[in-house]
Amino acid sequence: MMTLKVNGREHQVDVEADTPLLYVLRDDLKLNAAKYGCGLGQCGSCTVIVDGKAVLSCVVPMVLLEGKHITTLEGLGTIAEPAPIQRAFMEEQAAQCGYCIPGMMMRAQALLQKNSKPTDEQIRAELEPHLCRCGTHMRILRAIHRAARLMDTADASPAASGSAR
Amino acid sequence: MRASTRIFASIVAAVLIAAVVAAFAIAWRPTIAAIDPPDPQSFDAALVKRGRDLAAIGNCSDCHTPRGARNFAGGLPVPTPFGTIFSTNITPDPETGIGRWSEAAFRRAMRSGVNREAQHLYPTFPYDHFTNVSDEDDRALYAFLMTRQPVRAAPRENQLSFPFDQRLAIAGWKLLFLRHDTYRPDPRQSAEWNRGAYLVEGLAHCGACHTPRNALGAERVSARFAGGDVDDWHAYAINDQSRSPVPWTADALFNYLREGWHPDHGTARGPMAKVVSNLSSVPASDVRAIAVYMASVSGTPAPGRAAPREDALARAKAASQANPVGASIYTAACSSCHEGSRPLPYGGVDLGLSTAISSPDPRNLANIVLSGIDAVEGERSPIMPGFAASMNDEQASALLNYLRARFSDQPAWTDLKKTIVEARRTQTVFLQTSPAPRNAPADPQQREKP
Ligand code: FES
Ligand code: FES
Repeated sequence: MMTLKVNGREHQVDVEADTPLLYVLRDDLKLNAAKYGCGLGQCGSCTVIVDGKAVLSCVVPMVLLEGKHITTLEGLGTIAEPAPIQRAFMEEQAAQCGYCIPGMMMRAQALLQKNSKPTDEQIRAELEPHLCRCGTHMRILRAIHRAARLMDTADASPAASGSAR
Repeated sequence: MRASTRIFASIVAAVLIAAVVAAFAIAWRPTIAAIDPPDPQSFDAALVKRGRDLAAIGNCSDCHTPRGARNFAGGLPVPTPFGTIFSTNITPDPETGIGRWSEAAFRRAMRSGVNREAQHLYPTFPYDHFTNVSDEDDRALYAFLMTRQPVRAAPRENQLSFPFDQRLAIAGWKLLFLRHDTYRPDPRQSAEWNRGAYLVEGLAHCGACHTPRNALGAERVSARFAGGDVDDWHAYAINDQSRSPVPWTADALFNYLREGWHPDHGTARGPMAKVVSNLSSVPASDVRAIAVYMASVSGTPAPGRAAPREDALARAKAASQANPVGASIYTAACSSCHEGSRPLPYGGVDLGLSTAISSPDPRNLANIVLSGIDAVEGERSPIMPGFAASMNDEQASALLNYLRARFSDQPAWTDLKKTIVEARRTQTVFLQTSPAPRNAPADPQQREKP
């Protein structure tokens, strides 16, 4: 039995220490936002935030997570009350098939938490580990800039109006 | 009494003046007249092509092109114990590059480290090796560089402390360490060996990283290829002191230099990744010659260097008992690739064969565990995810300690924690120096317009 702190809640999970976090999130906790793309730490679709940093959950075993806080996309906002990053992606229509998007959003979120006004170059450099097979990169870039602006304004918090348009 | 003081003083003065005159006589070089930038069409295409291959062997672009910048436009900061030196613009731009350099000026820079304007160049530009480059090859390199796209990029000011900021000091350095002889073939060896020696000792300047340097930054002649430092990486010993668990052969070296990895040795990374990427595009015969020569430099290893299997198994058991945290991180985070059946470069090397783990210097292992290996665009290249964000310093040191104990027969590293903290700092800096990625459209909005 291990204790895992995800989105502010503690979970008791019965898994081996070498199980990758992604499997535990999806199979045991049924948090399906993080996606399995490659399982090799090469595509970014499984990205979640651990203690403020974006990590590739497919290559992070449980043994490394004791006492750390994990945030998944589900922890940022809900369908009724999307977080600024989620609103921005919707407003820019940044998803095509959507498979890469949760990972992209999580790394963008981690970036915006430490740098509220990233430049184009900074966003590109930061998101380099992420692949998008549909080629929505330009919209993703715009969505992240939009999220930065949304976070800057008062009504941007996930708990506010929640008008996703 | 006073008279003797006066005599003494005048002797001192005379000696000083003589010294200064001598220094100037040694240090002074004439300016070479500026020329009108030659017409790129005036160079023979075959010569330019040969120059291209030579420039790749010389790894010129690595220092003269910072990540993401324009080719050969310079500006890469090279940290040295004496301060930071910036690489120069070697595109044919007439104002900020070498557009006004004649071939003679270029050859002088290669041979004796003096630029067209008669300034001594710092030996970060490895002219101590380039003295060995033939006139013919200098001509080809010149033709190649003079036919590149000129880029206007003013040189950046070096940041050196006194007295190293004095270019005169370089003349003294040259007096001590620069030998002007050119490469002479060894008639007892094969043509291939000699070709390799010519390239390794000259243009390829392998010793610039792989030979340790003395307090004044010159390569130690007595310790050729005994391992050196470059950009917060350790350049392994590649002479008979190599720590590679399996001895290198010419065939293995050839494959490693050509493809960037070898199943008995692992992958080229850090600064070496750039070297092999350059070598992948030059004539195979030159890479083979380099391999043949280097195999003879590394010599025949002492018998029994490859550890017997029983030893390895006993070590594995002892290591897991001594360091259960490291052992479980290894099992969970590393073994699925490093003990998997996927072959290199997509799978991981058998860590028992890793030189990084057997090396006296833990930096390369720390760098790679934290930063991983990025895939090279459009190439079949090694990959590994970095663990900087998911391992804290304790976890990373537990892992490194475990790897050392389990996969090498060397004593534990000391000060591992410090190395990891340092690697975290320097490698993040390295990763962040990358400006816009290559091929990025100038205006990201542009592409979507119909
Ligand atoms: S699934 Fe984790 S990086 Fe691809
Ligand atoms: S939207 Fe389909 S992979 Fe990115």
